[in-house]
Parts: sequence; C-alpha cells; structure tokens
Amino acid sequence: MKKIALAMALGLSVTALSAAPVKVGMITTLTGGGASLGIDIRDGFMLAVKQANNPDLSVVVEDDARKPPLAVQIADKMIQREKVDILTGIVWSNLAMAVVPSAVAQGKFYLSPNAGPSALAGKRCHENYFNVAWQNDNLHEAMGSYATKTGYSKPYILAPNYPAGKDALTGFKRLFKGKLAGETYTKLGQKDYAAEIAQIRASGADSIYFFLPGGMGISFMKQYTQSGVRLPIMGPAFSFDQGILKAVGKAALGVKNSSQWNKDLDNAANQAFVKSFSSEYGRLPSLYASQGFDTANLILSAMKTADVKDTDAFRAALNKADFNSVRGDFKFAANQHPIQNIYVREVIEENGVLTNKVISTALENHSDVYGAKCKL
Amino acid sequence: MTLTLFFEQLLNGIQFGMMLFLMSAGLTLVFGVMGLINLAHGVLYMVGAFACALVAGITGSFWLGLVASLIVAAMAGALIEVGVIRRLYKRDHLDQVLATYALILIFSEATRWLFGSFPLYLDVPDILAQPISLFGLLDYSSYRLFIIFVGIIVAIGLYLLITKTRLGMRIRAGESDREMIAALGVDIRTLYTLVFALGAALAGIAGALLGAVQSVEVGMGGPVLILAFVVIVIGGIGSIKGAFIGALLVGVVDTMGRFLLPYLMTFLFSPETAANVGGALSSIAIYILMAGILIVKPKGLIKGAGS
Repeated sequence: MKKIALAMALGLSVTALSAAPVKVGMITTLTGGGASLGIDIRDGFMLAVKQANNPDLSVVVEDDARKPPLAVQIADKMIQREKVDILTGIVWSNLAMAVVPSAVAQGKFYLSPNAGPSALAGKRCHENYFNVAWQNDNLHEAMGSYATKTGYSKPYILAPNYPAGKDALTGFKRLFKGKLAGETYTKLGQKDYAAEIAQIRASGADSIYFFLPGGMGISFMKQYTQSGVRLPIMGPAFSFDQGILKAVGKAALGVKNSSQWNKDLDNAANQAFVKSFSSEYGRLPSLYASQGFDTANLILSAMKTADVKDTDAFRAALNKADFNSVRGDFKFAANQHPIQNIYVREVIEENGVLTNKVISTALENHSDVYGAKCKL
Repeated sequence: MTLTLFFEQLLNGIQFGMMLFLMSAGLTLVFGVMGLINLAHGVLYMVGAFACALVAGITGSFWLGLVASLIVAAMAGALIEVGVIRRLYKRDHLDQVLATYALILIFSEATRWLFGSFPLYLDVPDILAQPISLFGLLDYSSYRLFIIFVGIIVAIGLYLLITKTRLGMRIRAGESDREMIAALGVDIRTLYTLVFALGAALAGIAGALLGAVQSVEVGMGGPVLILAFVVIVIGGIGSIKGAFIGALLVGVVDTMGRFLLPYLMTFLFSPETAANVGGALSSIAIYILMAGILIVKPKGLIKGAGS
C-alpha cells in the first residue's frame, strides 16, 4: 500500500537557495470506512505539491485504515526510518491523539489537515503542532449561533455517543441561546433512525441539528425524508459535503450547514484551486480537499523563508501563515489553531449536481475557547 | 409521551426486526444445513446493495435493481461456495472464520476498486416515497411498511420451502445427518451450493432493501453482520423460526431501549446526563438481552440443527 510520490524534478536546475530538502510523511485513511475523506485530503495536498513543483519537497503517503495502532506504527517508521521532518494527514481525532503528542515530543512538526481535538488546542497544545483545519467545536458553534440568529427556539439535537459527538453538541449549545426540544446520543455506526425521528416528531421541535458523519448521516437524511416530518435541518459541513451529497440525493436540498470553506468563496486562490482540482481529478473538491491543499501550501510558504533543520526559524515561518488560503483570510491564534470565518451554506442543485452555496457568515474571525488553557 | 408515540415506536421495532430477519435468515440457514460460520454474509449484503444501486442508477427502476440484487448475490454466493467454501466443510470453525474473513477483505477492496470510495446513491421507488396515514393517527413511512411486508413474505416462503417441498425435505435431512443423505444418493454438493446461493440471495435482497434507506458504501455489511449474529445466537443457531423470533425481539428491544431508556433517565438525572446515560445504556441493551437469554437457555430460544 505504500506509495512514494517524489516531487523531484530530475532536471539540471539548481535552486539558488540551497535549503535542505523537506520530507513530509502523510498518514491518512485510504481504505476501509471513511476512506473518501483521506483520499480527498491526499489529493488536495498532492495537487498543491504538483503545482509548486519544488524539487526540495518530497512526500511519503501511507494508509492508516482508520486504526490507531497502525497509525502509531506508521508514524514511528516515518520518523525513525524515513526521517521525515513533518507529519500530516490524519483524519480522525482518536488517531490524532494517538500519534501527535509523541511525534511533536520527538521534535517533528505535525500539521493537522482535519482533526482538531480539544485537548490539543488547550492544555496539551505544543509548539510544533499546527492545526490548519479547525478546532472540532468550531463548525458546531457556528450552527448554534446561526440557529439563535434565525430565531429557532426549540431545536432537537443529536450526535453519536463518542467523544467527537459530545464535543459537537457541546459546541452547538455553547453559542445557542434558547431551550432544546431534546438531546439524543445515538449508537456510533447506527443506521436506523426510525426511533429518533419518531421522538423528534413527538417533541414539538421547530428545527433539527445533527452531527452524524459518513454513512450515518446519509441514512438519517433518507429516513427523515421518508418519514414525512418537515422541519428545517442544520448540520456541520461533514454530512453535506461534496463527496456525500450524491448519495444523500435531493433529500439534502435546502439543508443549512456550516463550513470554513466552500467552492464559491470569492478569492483568486480558491477559484484556481476549484478549477485545477476538477480538471486533475474529474470531481468537485470537498472541504477535506481544500484543507489538504492549504496544508501543503502552508509548508511550501515556510520553505521559502526558512530551513526545516532550523526548527525555530521554520516554526516561526509556519506561524506567519504567509500563504493564500483557499478560504480567504487565515491566521493562527496563539494556540496555533486557525482564526477564520465560518460560513453558513445551503445545499442547492447546480447544473444537475448537488452542491453548496454560501448564504451568510456565521462567525467572523473565529477561534476556539480552549486556547485560553494553552501556554505557548 | 403519548400512546401514539409508543405505538409508532413499537412499529419501528417490528420493522427493524424484519430487517434483521432478512439478514439473519440466510446466515442461520447456511449454518444449520452446512455447519459453516460464514463471516462473508455481510459481503453478500453489500454486493446486493451495490448491484441494486448500479442497476437502479442505469435503468431508473428500483424494482429492476431489486431483481438484480437477488440474481447477483445468488451468483456471487454460488461462486464463493464452489470456489472457496466447498473446501472448508471438513475443516474446523477457525479455518472457516479465517477463510470467510479473507473473503470480506477481498470483496471489500474489489468493490472499492470498481466503484470507488464514495457512497452510491439509491433511493426508494417513487410509489413508496410518501408516508401514509395509519388509522388517522400517525404518518408512517410506506417503505418501512413494505419492508415489514417483505419480511413476512420471506418468512412464509421459507417456512413453505422447508416444510412442504422436496428441496426442503433434503435440507432438513442434511441438517440432521449429512452422511446418511449422501449415502441415499442425494447430490449433496449441489444441495449445498443451492442452499448457500439461497442464503446469499436473502442477504442480497436485504442489502438492496436497506440500501435504499441507509447508505450504500463499502463496509456496510460489517455492523449488520454483528447484529445478525446476535439474532441467531438468541434465536438458536440454525433455526429459521428462532431467527424470526430473535430478530423481532432484538428489533423491539433495541428500538424501545433507544426510546424509553433516555426518557426514564430524565427522572433520575439532568437532561444532559440523561441523554448521555440513556444513550450508553441503550447501545448495550441488546447485548444484555442476549446474555440474559443465554443464562436461561444456553442454546438459544429454539433448538436449531446446529446446536
């Protein structure tokens, strides 16, 4: 399963600045459940690498199959045998918690293109850990704020019974001002939601907020549509992103979801990204692809001004975030997590393809609440 | 909490039970007749769902997709039996588990290679897309009623097949004494292939039916397979009647648990803690049920051929 993508130009060109080569180890999920997320992150990342065509940057990609022990093994191997300078790629918070603390303690950089567990944003933050996506609570907080602004007074909220699910509902409740019609934790991996939908109907809720990533969200949406309950639905981007919309079908039309990125964001970097991603891979980019793309560009931007062997200088260069993010303005907070806008999107049909359109900005220059506990 | 809600949840439980029955009938049939633990049953469920999504996507007809799922899963089953399983009957259960586990990996990655990692689209047919009103009390998904209907038809069909036909007679004979039925001149190899293909077809149709309300993706068979094993262990391994009772029991207990436990917890805790504790308890409810039944009846509710 090992693929080595060497972005080496074998020409005779000698770069004027003879900085040390940078080796990036990408550990991500390419097989098994949730593989589409890892594939998008990898493809976005490799697109940026290809476009930069920088002979000093090489990337090693390996598949963690969504298994924490395997991710730990791969990380050890990449650090000890492959001698990588930077690790990245992990999709899931539980895998990130297993890999990141030990990798950064060994003096390697870790740039997260997706997971943002609260521990790593707060107490256990680290100078070599950068999050290029979001802190886990962010998108949920945005929807909580949106629900308040829209005037929903009794939302019913549900999420799977596992740490990220609990973070999700906590995040929603943090910025939602009002009463809940109900709160339910479902079984992780549950595919039948008849019981929950019946309860939502009976609860007198005026809206629904759910965080059910992957197949769980697809199942919920289909069953919800068939149930005849007609309440407005809100969610984080994960259940309504490009890779998943096709499977949900028209049931998703009109759903409001929160994201820090969308393909219609009006900036030059984003337009070029959407165009080149579509022509390179023959599909529209997802949120995950945009995060992979930004992560690679962040590394490339730091390589321009600092040598990776000079850890302090390279860290400072990363911290500047001197690159054109496809989400527009982007900078790091003190805990090295993003300060960024989070938008509300609506699912629409465009030329026969389901996709998202930004309708408003939920939170401006938003960072996370855990930063206060981070001593950097 | 109203009586209507209670009734609706009961109906949901029965419907979930019927889904589980479709899945576990094939599993228990194969175990009862051939003494084979088939972990690849979940793969056949996935094959059925993908075949249905593919054909429905091309032709636009869910019903053609359903027929395709039946045929493709039965063919895949026959192929697996002839190619792999046939060599395993004389081996012990561990070898069977290993070989059928390998089949899961092979089929999953082959499916990913053919269809990619993104979930496929499959929707219910238009005629069953709208909810219907039950006794003027509640709107209920007509597709879910259809699943209950299919479950009952399959149960009756299997009952008639096993008790009234010559094939059924041979299946029963095969369950009680394999050597004897072979000695009597029955072609046991063909019989086994047929039974395995029948089990596979049942898994395939379950995959197609459920694919329309859930998600059609690689690996979708795994969680359902675990539930199906719980069902047949409760019902008595090898007994179709046991699978029917076990499936309804698991369906109703799971659904009512998800509904009532968090509600009952609100009398003890704050709403947030109640949601947490209730959610945790309801996810283990069926395993508690299984443990309880096994304490009283270690071989399951109905004595099956495999026990």
